[in-house]
Amino acid sequence: MKALVEGIPKRSIVALVVVAAALVVAPAVSNAYVLSILVLCLYFAYTGQAWNIMMGFAGQLSLGHSLYVGVGAYASALLFVKLGVNPWIGALAAIAVCTALGLVIGFLAFRFGIAGVYFAILTIAFAEFTRVGFEHWNWAGSTGGLFLPVAHRASNDLATLRGSPTMFYYVMLAFTAGALALSRVLLASRFGYYWRAIREDESAAEALGIDAFRYKMAAVALSAAMTALGGVFFAFYYNNLFPDQIFSIGRSIEIILGPIIGGIGTLLGPVVGAFLLTPLADALSELMIWLGIDTPGVKHVFYGLCLLVVVMYLPNGVWPPIAHRLGLDRARSRRG
Amino acid sequence: MPIDLYVNATLSGALTGLVYGLMALGLSVIFGVVRVVNFAHGEMMTAAMYLAILLATAIGLDPLLAMVPVGLAMFAAGYVLQRTLISPFIVRPEYAQFMLMIAVATILANGQLLIFGPNARNVQVEYALDSFAIGNILLDKVRVYAAIGALVVSGALFAFFRFTLLGKAIRACADNYIGAQVVGLNVRQLYAITFGIGAACVGAAGCMLLLLVDVTPVQGPGYTLLAFIIVIVGGMGSLTGALLSGLIIGMSEALAGLLIVPSAKSMAAFAILVVVLLFRPQGLLGKQA
Repeated sequence: MKALVEGIPKRSIVALVVVAAALVVAPAVSNAYVLSILVLCLYFAYTGQAWNIMMGFAGQLSLGHSLYVGVGAYASALLFVKLGVNPWIGALAAIAVCTALGLVIGFLAFRFGIAGVYFAILTIAFAEFTRVGFEHWNWAGSTGGLFLPVAHRASNDLATLRGSPTMFYYVMLAFTAGALALSRVLLASRFGYYWRAIREDESAAEALGIDAFRYKMAAVALSAAMTALGGVFFAFYYNNLFPDQIFSIGRSIEIILGPIIGGIGTLLGPVVGAFLLTPLADALSELMIWLGIDTPGVKHVFYGLCLLVVVMYLPNGVWPPIAHRLGLDRARSRRG
Repeated sequence: MPIDLYVNATLSGALTGLVYGLMALGLSVIFGVVRVVNFAHGEMMTAAMYLAILLATAIGLDPLLAMVPVGLAMFAAGYVLQRTLISPFIVRPEYAQFMLMIAVATILANGQLLIFGPNARNVQVEYALDSFAIGNILLDKVRVYAAIGALVVSGALFAFFRFTLLGKAIRACADNYIGAQVVGLNVRQLYAITFGIGAACVGAAGCMLLLLVDVTPVQGPGYTLLAFIIVIVGGMGSLTGALLSGLIIGMSEALAGLLIVPSAKSMAAFAILVVVLLFRPQGLLGKQA
């Protein structure tokens, strides 16, 4: 607990407690539509944090995180539907499978010095490869999709992950808070310092005796494991899985938008980015429907423009300047 | 005649592969000189294909001939893109360039979805169903023409880089950025021209490909990935490597489609990529990394 709050200015802790309290009571004052948006925000905040560990902390660009979402979702859903395995035990299996996948990709890439953009391409290639594989795997539903039974929507049963959107909201809130706490502890630990050293200059880090290969593998494995849990949530919340959707490059890019727009490598950037972008994009879609322009693609053109503006004018994301303005960053509080 | 079947598939695949090779050449040229990874490559090709469709429906221009106006338009678009958006990113970190191109790709792909709708489109040419017969082997006329077109453009590109002054200047920029500036080359201008040439290549490849496949707005990422796989397999910065590896990937796709199922053909390209990364990470014709 001490490691969690140590060194955070008092003002930030107060702000965090206020926001957390607001999120806890939010379902009581939201209608079904607002709640569904909030769940989506939390989902992107969580997966964004998972991606941020790999790219933001360790500097390894993955553009194939839909792989871990998809495999995590399919692993737990298949175990549940076909073999009746409890979702939480299924989640452990999903985490194990995705960690192994992450390690295989990391091993292939890092052992041969495939870095930067080539690494990113490799991650996309694996996601695509897996998509094609699942499209031909009849036991897993192939292109027709895999569906989970939705009979028990009325009662909340956390043990089997069947229940109302409110229950899923709190599950996702817990995941997001857990990921935030984990990121915070990691950043202050040996892992966090080694990762950032590798991110800034890998050769220099190695010269100082850091085993870059090992620490990069750790980042990939952890990020994959966390994303797998997001996939488990996805499967049991949406109850249907289609390979061409869940493994698509578009989904991977949606995951990385939050952290990029919020601020890569920052603790709260992924959360802020997700909570900014998701409602904005949805409001835009609603506006378009209201205006009678019901065309697909508007939302993603908007995503693209946001990304363009942020990478051009705010390379560090929107969160660092906001945090500075609000006096929530450490640098300012130290100066008084 | 199962042997004929395989020979037929291999040859057809090789012809398609030459078009793939031209597409990958564009990517290789841009990366080799400007050092920017064009993640919007597939989306740019899709844009060129829609342009060719518009030309075909408006004035009945054959995609083979549309290659010239489409290539010129793509050159201009690439030139402007480099001059305005990408140029400030040359000194920024690699991932920032990548994000910029992802943004461009997302806007292009979904802009095309907005304008042209989600349905697949194609161009019907009179010779679409004709074929050349060599013994028992039948080759589609469209595929042969597309491959010849790709070879002509690739040949012109090789000649341009080897024999013209401008081509040599661009190679000088690629070899030694500071040296090129020292001898007074206008590097900004040359980068923009190079990006334009890469865009024109992929535009021409799009016109050729239009003879062979339908076009949809969501196809971009698949082709971007394919172009990357071809360039990595062939060896970064090697133009001959890109063409050779395009051939190999084209043939393997065709054979995989025949031996397994057609929809699994992209598995073959990924399998080749993984094998190459494992045993020859610098690529078939690449220099030792």
